[in-house]
Amino acid sequence: MDIKADVVQDSIGQMCPMPIANLAKNMRNMKAEQILEIQADDEGAHADIRAWCEQTGNPFLGEEKTGDYFKYFVKKGA
Amino acid sequence: MAEKKTASIVLFSGEFDKVFAAFTIAIGAASAGYETSLFVTFWGYKAIQKGNLTGTGFLGRMIGLMNRGGLDRLATTRFNFGGIGPLLFKKMMKDKGVALLPELRQTAIDLGVHFLACKTTMDTLEIKREDLIDEVEDIVGVATLIKASQNSDLTHFI
Repeated sequence: MDIKADVVQDSIGQMCPMPIANLAKNMRNMKAEQILEIQADDEGAHADIRAWCEQTGNPFLGEEKTGDYFKYFVKKGA
Repeated sequence: MAEKKTASIVLFSGEFDKVFAAFTIAIGAASAGYETSLFVTFWGYKAIQKGNLTGTGFLGRMIGLMNRGGLDRLATTRFNFGGIGPLLFKKMMKDKGVALLPELRQTAIDLGVHFLACKTTMDTLEIKREDLIDEVEDIVGVATLIKASQNSDLTHFI
């Protein structure tokens, strides 16, 4: 996946609810159209990040498996 | 701009695992953009107390003595084993990278969760405002809770 992130969030080793809490915190500080890359290895985050995006209306751009963790890409909506 | 969705959570319980659930749900709601309020009442007070001894009268002081320690000294609902249980749970949580209660409370505060405390509990248990963490925004009664939950998109009682 060829997406360039503006902000990278390291949530490797974190469990629910911290990846989502940090996602929300980071998005608050970002501008519209900017992209956040979340690196996480918690299985719960897999469903949670998508659910968060659907609920808040911020587009989920995709995911990429990198070694033993995932990268999730989320764009900040308008 | 559309009005913000709101969430009202009542924290009645003071056990480790139930406070954990309340903080987690509050964080989830605040993260999803809900204006989130945590109404703390009765045993839930342990979650917002500094942990010092409380009470003015004899019975109040006895309760204060039994109930001291705040967030770091919560018993678990099951497997408490006279206080050993929470230590074991904390170790298991740490080993797995699960955030502990102080970090969760701070995260909820950072995300703007409103901490509201019940006045009757304070009077009954003889707890003063200065016994509570500074982040408690207001001391309220049931009418505030009912008004808030009537307008809430999400309500929980824990």
